[in-house]
Amino acid sequence: MNNSSSATEAQTTIQISENPPRRSFFTRFQRWEWMLVALIFLVVFLNIQLSPYFLNAQNLSRTSSDFMEIGLMMLPMVFIIITGNIDLSVASALGMSASFMGWLFNMGVNIWVAALAAIILGTLGGLLNGFLIARIKLPSLVVTLGTYAFYRGIAYVLLGDQAARGYPASFTYLGQGKLPGTLIPFSVGLFIILACIYGLVLHKTKFGRYLYVIGNNEEAAKYSGVPVARIKIIIFTLSGFMAALSALIMAARFGSTRPDIATGLELAVITAVVLGGIDINGGVGTMLGAVLSLILIGLMRFGMGLLNIQGQVQGIAIGLLLILSILLPSVIRQISWRKARPNRQILFYAFGMVIVFVLFFTFFFWSRAPVIAGG
Amino acid sequence: MKNRSLYFGLAILAILAMLISACAPAATPEATDAPPEEGPKTYVLVPKNLGNPYFDTANNGAQEAAGELGVTVLYQGSATADAAEQITLLNSLIAQNVSGLAISANDADALVPTGQAAMDAGIPVVTWDSAIAPDGRVMHINQAEADGIAAVQIQMASELAGGDGGQIAILSATSTAPNQNEWIALMEEELKKPEYANLELVATVYGDDQDEKSYNEALGLFTTYPDLEVIIAPTTVGIAASARAVQDQGLIGKVFVTGLGTPNQMREYVKSGASPQFALWNPGDLGYLAIYALDALATGKIQGNNGDTFTAGKLGEYTVQESPELGLNVLLGPPFVYNADNIDDFDW
Repeated sequence: MNNSSSATEAQTTIQISENPPRRSFFTRFQRWEWMLVALIFLVVFLNIQLSPYFLNAQNLSRTSSDFMEIGLMMLPMVFIIITGNIDLSVASALGMSASFMGWLFNMGVNIWVAALAAIILGTLGGLLNGFLIARIKLPSLVVTLGTYAFYRGIAYVLLGDQAARGYPASFTYLGQGKLPGTLIPFSVGLFIILACIYGLVLHKTKFGRYLYVIGNNEEAAKYSGVPVARIKIIIFTLSGFMAALSALIMAARFGSTRPDIATGLELAVITAVVLGGIDINGGVGTMLGAVLSLILIGLMRFGMGLLNIQGQVQGIAIGLLLILSILLPSVIRQISWRKARPNRQILFYAFGMVIVFVLFFTFFFWSRAPVIAGG
Repeated sequence: MKNRSLYFGLAILAILAMLISACAPAATPEATDAPPEEGPKTYVLVPKNLGNPYFDTANNGAQEAAGELGVTVLYQGSATADAAEQITLLNSLIAQNVSGLAISANDADALVPTGQAAMDAGIPVVTWDSAIAPDGRVMHINQAEADGIAAVQIQMASELAGGDGGQIAILSATSTAPNQNEWIALMEEELKKPEYANLELVATVYGDDQDEKSYNEALGLFTTYPDLEVIIAPTTVGIAASARAVQDQGLIGKVFVTGLGTPNQMREYVKSGASPQFALWNPGDLGYLAIYALDALATGKIQGNNGDTFTAGKLGEYTVQESPELGLNVLLGPPFVYNADNIDDFDW
């Protein structure tokens, strides 16, 4: 049954164009990626003006590694969200893998063997997600909400209130070390390489085109011979693998593991993806957008941290930016559809945008005011 | 055409990478030149998270110390009590080259690399309330020691029982809690002193840190020991439940409850007389001492060695000591006794 169906799939595979539809020069400039680039420049400019510590390579280097676990888990999340699915269990899978590694290490297993076992466990966790979603055909939101609790539970069963610590320096290099002769943290180097690979797969391969096809219309994709189930299993397994990889990086950065490691990080991952212009309903988005949004979030957080803006306020700023990111493209779409002929709806959207902008910057500067005034 | 966004992405990444590496030689000397700066010091008190009255009380003490020392103390914390968020925060504080960090750690181990990074950058690190493992900080401000906790509770019980002494009982948490058992053993030791000869420990019961079970255990003590005068509950759940039991049974003035509690939880019972006095450390003093200790380190008054002494304003003289589990630490002192006279000064 399986064989025959995949055989027919192969025969009936239709030629899906590898070329994206041609865009005019003007529409290219409406792209969300440019907005992100502009925001990055704005944030960099503001931060250079407001803090003398921002443009310091050592500081940037140290802070960049704070965001690499989010970045690594973001890469497969882009795939998953483009197909119209979601994986809420990534941070729990990270916790499970890291705790498994710590548990083995505490029992005296060699750290690299334990790390390999953790990678395998994380990948299996992803495979379980993929199997339930693709073969049993359960909604990804429900499945990963379940494994979100399940994997975190396993982490607590393994380590309880204990911590694993005392990892050798050769292992902590993964999270704390820098590439030889540079200030670039190892994890950043790893992220850049993997981001390129994931970007190439998404934008240059048939597999990548299939992801968009599934996201646009899953039924149509299925009847067009796209191996939907297999692709879903692959992307969720990848997500588990990357979560386990992030587990190694994070455990190495902390030099220790506790079962609550990375709690809540899945929301940061999804925020980075959505802010990157990837449609939560699937079918739209680029890897570049996600990478740019990660850089933007990182620079914003670092800049606000340098100005001693409180954590809650930082969260509000990122949240407003996220709302803006959802509002802005729909406004642009409205305008380009209606050929910029003003009508009530556009005015309404524009008004909403202005309000959000004003709120955002009022808040931003209001919260910075005492810092700026205080020198 | 179709490759453009990809090339653009690669170009951005390449530029970013170059930016980071290119800045390096230019910026490094600047960073290392910075430490011997003159002028007022800026210390940062880092709680586990913001919005917790306990830590806000510590900050009040820290600001008092700042006023006396003529330094600035910033109060910076993460939104949630999470190690990763706290590390991000600490990195941005290290980046600002602050004069010192006083941290209540969300994770004793995960913060070690960050604490080391701070010390490598010439920023002294002390911890308070919750310690980083000894490798990641200079010293810890220890809020209480088991000896002191045991001694103050017996002393309070003795005062409540009056000159003629009487029967006392202990209402603990679980029978397996190591800290509870250590305190109980030390209290039994303390009771052997001649001045406490008229106190008789009749029972030790366990409320498992559950409100209802603790309440029922207290009721059981009233019926089994009609002459009972004092219940010592070295647990915040047990002390409140016992005091409520005394109040509900109309035993105020006959049976007194004391032990370890927090002001907001015990205020009602202190005022009603069910629990006239109880102990715990004062977080305000803890923040105050942390800033004085940090200042002593940052100004070079002490080097952070075993036996160093420094003066901490109104709290007096302190000595840095070394213990196997805490490494270098400074002991705040005996626990603070809360009673009707001072309880309204506290809100946590």
